[in-house]
Amino acid sequence: MAQKRVLMKGNEVIAEAAIRAGCRNYFGYPITPQTEVMHYMAKKMVQVGGNFVQAESELAAINMVYGAAAAGFRVMTSSSSPGISLKQEGISYIAGAELPAVVVNIVRAGPGLGGIQPAQGDYFQATKGGGHGDYRNIVIAPASVQELYELVVEAFNLADKYRMTCMIVGDGTLGQMMEPVAFRDEEPIETIEKPWAACGRKGDSFHHTVTSIYIDPDVLEKKNLELQDKYKIVEANEVRYEAINMEDAEIVITAFATCSRICRNVIRQAAELGIKVGMIRPITLWPFPYKAISEAADMSSVKAFLDVELNAGQMIEDVRLGANGKKPVYFHGRLGGNLPMQKEILDKIVAIHEGKIVEGGNF
Amino acid sequence: MAVVFEPTKGLTDKPFHYCPGCCHGIIHRLVAETLVANDALETAVGVASVGCTYNSYEYIACDMVQAAHGRAPAVATGIKRNLKDSFVFTYQGDGDLASIGTAEIVHAAARSENITVIFVNNAVYGMTSGQMAPTTLVGQVTTTSPWGRDPSYQGYPINVSEFLSNLAGAAYIERVCVTDFKNIQNAKRAIQKAFNVQKNKLGFSLVEVLSTCPTNWGKEPLAAMDWLKENMEKQYPLGCYKGADITFDADGKYVSGAIPATNNNCVNVGEVKK
Repeated sequence: MAQKRVLMKGNEVIAEAAIRAGCRNYFGYPITPQTEVMHYMAKKMVQVGGNFVQAESELAAINMVYGAAAAGFRVMTSSSSPGISLKQEGISYIAGAELPAVVVNIVRAGPGLGGIQPAQGDYFQATKGGGHGDYRNIVIAPASVQELYELVVEAFNLADKYRMTCMIVGDGTLGQMMEPVAFRDEEPIETIEKPWAACGRKGDSFHHTVTSIYIDPDVLEKKNLELQDKYKIVEANEVRYEAINMEDAEIVITAFATCSRICRNVIRQAAELGIKVGMIRPITLWPFPYKAISEAADMSSVKAFLDVELNAGQMIEDVRLGANGKKPVYFHGRLGGNLPMQKEILDKIVAIHEGKIVEGGNF
Repeated sequence: MAVVFEPTKGLTDKPFHYCPGCCHGIIHRLVAETLVANDALETAVGVASVGCTYNSYEYIACDMVQAAHGRAPAVATGIKRNLKDSFVFTYQGDGDLASIGTAEIVHAAARSENITVIFVNNAVYGMTSGQMAPTTLVGQVTTTSPWGRDPSYQGYPINVSEFLSNLAGAAYIERVCVTDFKNIQNAKRAIQKAFNVQKNKLGFSLVEVLSTCPTNWGKEPLAAMDWLKENMEKQYPLGCYKGADITFDADGKYVSGAIPATNNNCVNVGEVKK
């Protein structure tokens, strides 16, 4: 039941949600624009009897995560783009060892040190790998502070359920934004048994080992096939997206997280001009809602897609896979930490509607 | 017939993959015997590293976690902070600990993480076939210092025990070797002392064990032992570098000696459901 609402910053809500989800381990390293997660954890984690360690590096932080997860405990780390790049080593090992972990990326603009303003340029890194080897992370992109709270709690359940990294991808806007959030009295925590955890044999006739190394190619291939089977189950069961105004849409916007908030308003403005615009907002970036895109592409009312992102066009590749050439996919993106104005997007919609731009034109 | 000797229960039945004359077998056994002697096999968690020791997680019979290269102290931190009453140790080589893992080892010691590090130093990268390590001696020939390590070109060896002992968080640091019976007994004493340090929550402990690598040194096993005594011990003198005055009673309870402020952050955060 919705309780009284409190005004909180996105980053603080991430920390609060983790603690509510039963997470008692946070290991991190300072980086803008996610540092408030750390600040909140530094106080609250100790108050609730959990572990807070300011690690010497992102590498150390993610490996502390690896250790706590290997011992069977709920654990989270958070960072922003350059720091997430450093964590990729550990994320790959977590995938190989099949450990549950929650990693938060409050994305800033890149490449390199880039800037500290919001961006979505880490889509490829988050959804297509990032680290070495064939592995996947569940990637969740909340669009509001309320959703951030609910999905962070859910991330811990998914991580435990599938024994994999569940990555929350936000951006500088979401992390820094204050919005009202209504906390539940009780969180839907799913307690999952962890017979594999290395926390002491405690009478078992064998020792528990957590590892990602398999020297024998046949054994490693089998291990990889098991991982792929697991990922197929995730793809079948965990796709989440929001469909907005799709009934008789002519143009379908695809956008996630902060960007979708801007596009939501554009839908209204386009309606005033007599253009029917809908939106598919992926909530899970992996697994991606290909089917929803494909079904939209099959709708007779739909003339085109417009993909809007805070990058040079990354999710658009998945939108195109979903659309499969059935309808054109246009793009509008902003870079460097800038957000698009509603009018920019509206102008593009009008141009598409009037047949004045060609597919593939980016900016 | 009376059993006069049997293998330690602290090791699994898995055959070692180590080369003849390598000291890992002896050091594994000392760690395993210490776990058994302290009744810790059921509760301890070890962290294996990368290098020749990568597979130690299959040999040592307590719960084991295999870590990425150099990151074992960070992984052990994540474990120990949750299992404050369990013996948590890392088993690392010199390439792992003194090169790629320098940040992790320094900060684990600085935080006085209540863990024990078994640091095996053989002055060379073994697994990847004999490259120069941070611990390679001046003049020592390796596959990446083919004319011998030249300080003007490749710098100087790192003395890990000496530099870590300067950190306030380090409680106990000792360097030993296992070249003969007397030294093996001494190494076992040092590992037991490190165990006691951790059990009494006195903070970070590290036992550096000088080791041979006959394969990559290009020496017969016995000649390798001699080379270690004659050359490595000059660069890496045996002895206790921190916590020499720490004493325990017969039950392993702390009695006296200078210690760092311990890791009070180490709290129980609940049980894992199995």
